[in-house]
Amino acid sequence: MDLTMLWYLVPSVIMFAAGVYGFCTRKNMIALLISLELMLNSADLNFVVFNRFLFPGSMEGMVFTLFAIAIAAAETAIAISIIINIYREVGNTDINSVKQMRF
Amino acid sequence: MDYSQFGAMLPELIILGLFFIVFLLDTFSGENGRKPLTPVSTVLFGLATIAIWIIPASGETVFGGMYVDDSACKAMKAILNVGVFIVFLQSAKWLDSDEVAVRKGEFYELMLVTLFGMYLMISSRHFLLFLIGLESASLPLAALVAFNKRHYESHEAAVKYILTAVFSSAILLMGLSFVYAFSGGSLYFDDIRAEVMGEDSGLLICALAFMIAGIGFKLSLVPFHLWTADVYQGAPTAITSYLSVVSKGAAAFAFFVIFVQAFGPLYSGLWEWMMYAVIIATITVGNLFAIRQKNMKRFMAFSSISQAGYIMLGVMTESALGLGSMMFYIFVYVVSNLAVFSVISTIENKTGKLSIDDYDGLHKTNPWLSFAMTLAMFSLAGIPPFAGFFSKILIFTSVTASDSMPLYMLVLVALINTIISLYYYLLVVKAIWIKPGEAKVESFRSDNGERVALWLCVAGIIFFGLVPYIYKYCVESAQPVLAVIGL
Repeated sequence: MDLTMLWYLVPSVIMFAAGVYGFCTRKNMIALLISLELMLNSADLNFVVFNRFLFPGSMEGMVFTLFAIAIAAAETAIAISIIINIYREVGNTDINSVKQMRF
Repeated sequence: MDYSQFGAMLPELIILGLFFIVFLLDTFSGENGRKPLTPVSTVLFGLATIAIWIIPASGETVFGGMYVDDSACKAMKAILNVGVFIVFLQSAKWLDSDEVAVRKGEFYELMLVTLFGMYLMISSRHFLLFLIGLESASLPLAALVAFNKRHYESHEAAVKYILTAVFSSAILLMGLSFVYAFSGGSLYFDDIRAEVMGEDSGLLICALAFMIAGIGFKLSLVPFHLWTADVYQGAPTAITSYLSVVSKGAAAFAFFVIFVQAFGPLYSGLWEWMMYAVIIATITVGNLFAIRQKNMKRFMAFSSISQAGYIMLGVMTESALGLGSMMFYIFVYVVSNLAVFSVISTIENKTGKLSIDDYDGLHKTNPWLSFAMTLAMFSLAGIPPFAGFFSKILIFTSVTASDSMPLYMLVLVALINTIISLYYYLLVVKAIWIKPGEAKVESFRSDNGERVALWLCVAGIIFFGLVPYIYKYCVESAQPVLAVIGL
């Protein structure tokens, strides 16, 4: 059995959808971050797969993925530090405890 | 590798050098060194602003076409620099307060890094450099939003900002990966333009929708605007003003470049109608929600959403005239909006009052602040002698220049919304001048930095519309972006 592009793209789309679903339903901020990480990783996977199967002669997608991973790490670091601030302020990381400003 | 290529990135190098000066001063000079930090960085940044205005664009394309330094990018960077300079001036007083004085250096460093990211965003002609610019513009901003460490609102705003920012950049990346599938293995705008010519498939529609959503978040266009009001309310006022003008201006310019240079051939087939719907929703929803706001910063948040809709009208034109009008609109928007925020932050620093009702009878105690606020509101609403009127009329004429019926309808909707916006902008003016009763804000003398910022803004509001050279300069410098695609 040979693995075509679809074998990689379908899991990637499922990962993306799971990330969006998690982002919309989870209540814990750390869980939200994990969902976001899933979405970012599925995009990275797409880049690598398209590069490998469609344009095997060039490396642009792979290089892009390396940079995207580094950026995702920076995003997580800042988000975690802000969540730690929130934890110090209100004592938990529940998303329902940060809803003072509305409408 | 040829290191002389870095010489073409002169504006970036200036900002980077400034960043290192502030960083070293902040790190190694100790407690006493922090005092001169405000004047030093403000004066140096002022000089950098003048330098970027004066130095002509080299017109070079370096790093294999990733980075371009043409006159349009240079003019846009200079416009943003003016905005950041005014923000520096108006925040000087706030930075000297006990609460944040220790972290004064961090404020300037983070501001300069975000500005550096926006420069990259503006000059990039390759999606990798664009992504790096976008992220280095939006991530330090999250740290800046959380700057008021002892205020709960600041943290709430920051967590809302960072989570939606990462969500939108994940969607943008997904859209980019779909674009990559069409691109023939290259992410240069030019190569993508050649490859997508005549393409019409579901994946491409999906990719464009994702990209509009990702960048639309930065611009707070309407379906993606829900973070705006909360973040603007919770962030320190200096950061709110920065978010509402500078970061929006840079994103609007980058949006234009991407959608004209990379996806230009798909304009009438695919993204014209997406943007059409988004712009109408942005202008209308922003206006309608602004009417019911009581908090001044939330009010300005919704006003800036609807202004973003007017800015995006320039994208619909796909012409140098449209880009020039858009840049002129952003320039006028910078001075008008920053005038409002200077008044807000002056009053907030002195009295802590932020509600529109607190502005009742302000003219009895603070006539000059009332005068500046009134002019700024007139300019934002587009009342004739002021700059806002000219920027609106010029962007409307540039959209109707192509003579198509749907665009006429778009301008009509925008026009009706201008009248609605007149109502709520004048509510503030009414509170200041007409409402009876005692003034709620006592008379005070504002700080020197705030004074200079306000005078600069008022001068801009009065003269930008009356000096035709500025508009001409914007349109002329916009030519190279469109020359690339042969227009």
